Amino acid sequence: MFKTRKQREGFKEFLLVLPFIIIIAIFCYYPLYGWVYAFFDYKPPQALTPDKFVGLKWFKSMVENPVKVKQILGVLRNTFAISGLSLLFSWFPMMFAVFLNEIRCVPFKKFVQTVTTIPNFISWVLVFSIAYSVLNSTGVVNSILINLHVIDRPIDFLKSTSHIYFKQWLWLTWKNAGWAAIMYIAAITGIDEQMIEAARVDGANRMQIIRHITIPSILPTYFVIVMLNLANFLTNGMEQFYVFQNSFNKEYIQVLDLYVYNLAMGSGGYSLSVAVSILKTIVSIILLTLTNGFSKLVRGEGFI
Amino acid sequence: MKKRVKDFDDYKPSGVHYKRSFGDIMMSVITYIVYSIFAFVCVYPFYYIFINSISNNQLSERGKVIFVPLQVHFTNYISVMKLEGLFEAAKISLARTAIGTIVVVFTSAFLGYMFTSKNMWGRKFWFRFIAATMYFNAGIIPLYITMTNIKLTNNFWIYILPTAISPFYMILCKTFVEATPGELREAALIDGAGTLTIFFRIMIPVIKPILATVAIFTAVNQWNSFQDTLIYITDKKLNTLQFVLYQYITQSSSIKALLNGSSSSANIAASMAKMQTATSVRMTVTIVVVTPILLVYPFFQKYFTKGIMIGAVKG
Repeated sequence: MFKTRKQREGFKEFLLVLPFIIIIAIFCYYPLYGWVYAFFDYKPPQALTPDKFVGLKWFKSMVENPVKVKQILGVLRNTFAISGLSLLFSWFPMMFAVFLNEIRCVPFKKFVQTVTTIPNFISWVLVFSIAYSVLNSTGVVNSILINLHVIDRPIDFLKSTSHIYFKQWLWLTWKNAGWAAIMYIAAITGIDEQMIEAARVDGANRMQIIRHITIPSILPTYFVIVMLNLANFLTNGMEQFYVFQNSFNKEYIQVLDLYVYNLAMGSGGYSLSVAVSILKTIVSIILLTLTNGFSKLVRGEGFI
Repeated sequence: MKKRVKDFDDYKPSGVHYKRSFGDIMMSVITYIVYSIFAFVCVYPFYYIFINSISNNQLSERGKVIFVPLQVHFTNYISVMKLEGLFEAAKISLARTAIGTIVVVFTSAFLGYMFTSKNMWGRKFWFRFIAATMYFNAGIIPLYITMTNIKLTNNFWIYILPTAISPFYMILCKTFVEATPGELREAALIDGAGTLTIFFRIMIPVIKPILATVAIFTAVNQWNSFQDTLIYITDKKLNTLQFVLYQYITQSSSIKALLNGSSSSANIAASMAKMQTATSVRMTVTIVVVTPILLVYPFFQKYFTKGIMIGAVKG
């Protein structure tokens, strides 16, 4: 089969890689087979038998069953609200980087950069633990508000649903913004100094340099980030919302990823959960292709 | 690369002196204030939890510890070690972090190196076969059913095997290997070294910098991982620290019962200050879980930063 020595060598190399290919096949490709569960009426302990085949029943129930429709609309509302807020404020890390760059005291700048990046590396469970410690009825926020006589009785912030999307966005930003800013800081470092020098000679002040040089120079980076945000519009991840969810806010915090989990692990709706997740995957792939195509159109290169 | 982050006042062409306008000064003042607030918001929560974990537990329970620790003691840290399951969880967390990191670093380096070999049978196809997995995911249920079928649920290796190969880090390593001079490998080939010898003796030392970045990111991910325990593990012996911490937060009532059972004799007024409460347990365990990250991050910051930069170029 392999005539030359080179080919034999090449096949030997393939054999060295084969175990890893098998691992990928088992953990990434083989589970795709599980998508068939969306077309069956599957209850966990029993095996799949042909008589359990229900066709598109679960997909239809998403648009026909009034209870499901209401639930799914709620979930979509939450997903859109949270992704929409992230998109709306996606300029925040960029401006964070721009003004951080204006700080002249290097140790202070370094310090700010280090401490604002750390939250990115702690888990959502830890973020929740911090949120709980700071916001519960004896937490520091309530203690201070009571001492200042702003409120008489502690507020249970984690159970209240007012401004819940904004609050979730705040936690997300607390965790990610400092880290996201690093990319912009690098882009700012790459700006041609002569341009700024020339602007100064022409009498530009700081604000004008920011407006006319710094920001236009890092807009391409921002564009990519916005495109990625759009591509991941339906993907919020479930961990953040899983840890923050409780019986009071569940209706407003359940995003698609969490819904897929809750459906299956909470109420045993395995097949429906798979159906929802398939639809989500399809829409996500379409979004990714569209944004990547748009990026190619605008920048001449995609991000995949 | 060579230039430091630049500063507005560095741009002084010789002989020209710029006066800072009032607006510039105002902007500086506001910038410093705003960034001090950002820094405070990021630092204070950690500080707050730490001072609560070492203060009088009764005061801390009532929310009296806000800026300075009151009646400092460290018994909490000794007491939590006796909590059922916590020590076990710490061992599991450490084990998965150590093993998981070694495995991912090895597979990324090895595959990254192997896929640079032009001879390999079906190289392009297999490379894409692995790289494509970055863009899709079978979903929670299909994965869960697969893991059940191959007996990985309630098994320590669920923490290692599914994430053993990271296409992203593999590509990262491949790019790095491709950037090394080809003569290096050719010389070794002429000396009669085989593929594996070249990998271990020559490639690993050369791509060490990128492996450090891969290692640090994997370690943090492994340490922080929570979802896999949640989905695949019901055996308490395999719980991780993150999972145990989450249970302590959400089930504070059961924690109280657990504590009262173990400290019945400690119910004297004098030791009240040191008696465990749900709050003290939560705060102390939080500090235990977060400390490794807080210790590691400042020292390895440059590796972290390098990670995002390479990601940005690729991304």
